[in-house]
Amino acid sequence: MTTASPVEVDPGVEEDLTPDEITLTDTPWVTVVWNDPVNLMSYVTYVFQKYFGYSKKKSEKLMLEVHEDGRSVVSSGTREEMERDVQAMHEYGLWATLAKSD
Amino acid sequence: MAGFVRHRRSKHIIATLSGFEADLLRSLAAQLVELLRNEEAMPSESADPLEALFVGGEFSGPTTAPDDPVLARLFPNAYRDDDEAAAEFRRYTEGSLRDGKAQAAGTIIDTLEEAGLPAEPGPEELTIDVDLDLPTAEIWMRALTDLRLALGTRLGVEEGDEEYWYALPDDDPRGQAHHIYEWLGYLQETLVHAVLR
Repeated sequence: MTTASPVEVDPGVEEDLTPDEITLTDTPWVTVVWNDPVNLMSYVTYVFQKYFGYSKKKSEKLMLEVHEDGRSVVSSGTREEMERDVQAMHEYGLWATLAKSD
Repeated sequence: MAGFVRHRRSKHIIATLSGFEADLLRSLAAQLVELLRNEEAMPSESADPLEALFVGGEFSGPTTAPDDPVLARLFPNAYRDDDEAAAEFRRYTEGSLRDGKAQAAGTIIDTLEEAGLPAEPGPEELTIDVDLDLPTAEIWMRALTDLRLALGTRLGVEEGDEEYWYALPDDDPRGQAHHIYEWLGYLQETLVHAVLR
């Protein structure tokens, strides 16, 4: 599954960009997965292993962070990459958002 | 009630469902497909003529979260503090996410019917042997997740609320729905473990 990139196709977006966003496209963004009362711990671990290719150990650690802290940063990269990750998490039914890394 | 196991020789993921269970699963999957297609992912009105050109086109999509709480959970905002970016993300992704989820639920229906589930309720002793290769098992996993999210959202399930549900009288329809929710969770749990085995 692919993601259409808004930056390339939206006719109005260029004038909306601030200089910051144009020159700092490498600024790392992060994908955050949030806790929800429905998803199974085993399934969330499976998704991290399968989609991100993380080891079982790392996947379980991230899953436990989501479970115990309410959220966990599961990946980082460019904004476009994080939008792809968030879309993939939504495909899997996980509650995910992206944000600029602090 | 039996969950999924990994078949030793074929490596396939298999489960034997009663006709009742298979029929229930099909009915839930069909309801999800209907919900996903019912409240259409329509682009919001726009006064911008340039944007209007795209309405109905390949890149058009909704820009606000769905009204239905189940759909709002299945398609959450991708940005917490940036409504504009969230709208933009939604416009480009919600349509294909909806299609993917409807297709996954459709796969459950197809699998069950190919395994012999009749259109009308069959004889009581009917059993359905579900046999999934790995890619299909993952589709089932995603569809079962969506079904649990849908049912869990409708019921207002919260973490650690089991006592509340168990205390409901046997004839309470919400308790019965919660029982189905737990059964889906059991199927999902056994499916994940069978796939990882």
